[in-house]
Amino acid sequence: LLKHLAQTLRDLDVWMEPIDLSTPVDIRVPFTSLQTVKAFLETEDIPYSVMIMDLQVMLDEEQDQMLSARAAAPRTTDDYDYSNYHDIADIYSFQDMLVAENPNLVSKIVIGQSYQGRTLNVLKFSTGGTNRPGIWLDTGIHSREWITQASGTWFAKKIVTDYGRDAALTAILDKMDIFLEIVTNPDGYYYTHNSNRMWRKTRKPNPGSSCVGTDPNRNWDAGFGELGSSGSPCSETYRGPEAHSESEVKSIVDFVKSHGNLKAFVSIHSYSQMLLYPYGYTSTPCKDQSELHDLAMKAITDLASMYGTSYRYGSTINTIYQASGTTVDWTYNQGIKYSYTFELRDTGRYGFILPANQILPTAKETWLALMAIMEHTKDNTN
Amino acid sequence: MVWAGHTRRRGRPHQILVWSMGWTLLILLVVLTVVHGNPTVMVRTGSGPTVGFDQHPNSVPLGEDIQTTTEGESEVVEEVMTTGVLNPSHYPARRAATVVQHYLNTRYGSPYRWIFLSTVHSGSAEEVAEMGRKYQLALTMQEMISNVSGQCSAELFFPGGEGQSAPQVQASCEGLHQSNTTAQEEAFYQQHRTSNNLASGNNIPDSYGHVEPSMKPFWHLGGVASSFIMLRESNESTLYNMAQVANFTQLETEKDQLRFNYHVLLHEMISQEIIHWKLLVTWSPEQGVQVLQTELQPKCHHCEAPPNTTN
Repeated sequence: LLKHLAQTLRDLDVWMEPIDLSTPVDIRVPFTSLQTVKAFLETEDIPYSVMIMDLQVMLDEEQDQMLSARAAAPRTTDDYDYSNYHDIADIYSFQDMLVAENPNLVSKIVIGQSYQGRTLNVLKFSTGGTNRPGIWLDTGIHSREWITQASGTWFAKKIVTDYGRDAALTAILDKMDIFLEIVTNPDGYYYTHNSNRMWRKTRKPNPGSSCVGTDPNRNWDAGFGELGSSGSPCSETYRGPEAHSESEVKSIVDFVKSHGNLKAFVSIHSYSQMLLYPYGYTSTPCKDQSELHDLAMKAITDLASMYGTSYRYGSTINTIYQASGTTVDWTYNQGIKYSYTFELRDTGRYGFILPANQILPTAKETWLALMAIMEHTKDNTN
Repeated sequence: MVWAGHTRRRGRPHQILVWSMGWTLLILLVVLTVVHGNPTVMVRTGSGPTVGFDQHPNSVPLGEDIQTTTEGESEVVEEVMTTGVLNPSHYPARRAATVVQHYLNTRYGSPYRWIFLSTVHSGSAEEVAEMGRKYQLALTMQEMISNVSGQCSAELFFPGGEGQSAPQVQASCEGLHQSNTTAQEEAFYQQHRTSNNLASGNNIPDSYGHVEPSMKPFWHLGGVASSFIMLRESNESTLYNMAQVANFTQLETEKDQLRFNYHVLLHEMISQEIIHWKLLVTWSPEQGVQVLQTELQPKCHHCEAPPNTTN
């Protein structure tokens, strides 16, 4: 009987087919056929019960639940979860949201493309003027150092939050611009999410070798090719075929040169808890050693004031190792005096895979050190 | 053996040479064997050598010009001193101190005791003519699970010459063993010694730095086992940390020892390389951690495999 009914009313959707006399049959009945079906069942003395009054309502509710249950894409930078690690898509959309929410303060500059064609995005924080003296911050040049991209994201939000509220930051932005590149090595970052968490370099293949990538922090034209980098493409510190061969590096070089008015340049890495100034490629002290040393001491003292995290500081070559072709050696030689490299938490227990619950403390303490550097830069810039 | 009052005496090289020879003989008797957890190294009790070395403006780093150092907190030392008094902020002391950390873990580490370098207070280094280089260090070490810190004094010898020879370490620490791990270790041991449910795990910590609570002792054990390799492989141009336990599998208990195959990733800071090792590890509360076999895994350039496959 039921089968006959189903054939007659084509729009009945039988969920559980009739099998035998004792097994119930489930049918979804569209509203237009409801009365017909009820009448039929009653006439034929087939007991029935309504299991779901309105299926659509249930479906709508389930959809809502699903949307909120999965890590829903934040709709504003206030919804964004700063205490977790994010993939590149999340960070790129964060950047766009931040610009959209703060159009008078933040803009996005695309300085170039990665090897695999991802945009190299720099957030510019500016309160006006024309080619004001600038401060540069970058995170994530080594893709496995996830605490840095996470901290960079927090710094971006911190700047827009504090402008107009924090006197020191406001004073800096009223005089200078801040440039922040959060995902400085996007191909590498993608690779750490999808293939190898420990990937450091770029993802550009090397002709004649099965090994991929160049160390973007050995690819700069400062002591390029000297002791402190490798000539082997398979090495984690491979310097590349020539200085600035990597688009991720060249884009910054071009930006710095065309800007022409940067006064501070801070490149952020992990791990080891160190604040380093030039040089890495030579033991000859840089001419501003004394001032950079004292400023580093102030910065790490401020950093420690938050949670007691202790940092070492000094020139790269003394404090960590000889390294040639590094970012801040090049920027320093371009005349950007306040050139520093940070190595964030920790000192080896977790290393590159720092727990997410340390993101906020790390970002907050590091910010104090950055403020010390930026304030000193502002006070020593005309 | 007189430790206190050992100061460099300039102008009397003969005396130092004789002294060094005697010291060298002592070291050779006291070779640290990596494979067995049972130590044959003497651990000095009591206080170490006097730490207050005088500044030696004329101690000459290898091949460098003589540097004068200003005293006080804000001294700007322009050259890395690799011999004589070491700057605790600079890398030579730091690398040597990390070797001491590895040594202490081979001696004292367990699933509930994992030691890390906290601070280098002072150090010195000297050539031991044609034999290698000797370091003396004053350090603070921290046990990571209990958060207990201890003061340590250590001596290391990095053998020179050809062939790879492990550094030799002596260290004495006060306060580090205060954490009472006996109950936890015993419970863990009993829980895992019967072979009903052999434990295993991978990616510890995971990409986000997370470690499941039940995996933590295995993480610590991996770190301690890695210390045997890191100690053996260390020299003055390396700085090792364990980056991650790629995976581990428990094997059948044998001779009352828990047994595991471990695949660990080590991070070497100077080369920045991630180095894969496979280890056969045993542990019991009584015998401590032993590493029976180690196997270096080749760096696989074509490996795009997800992290939880073993090569």
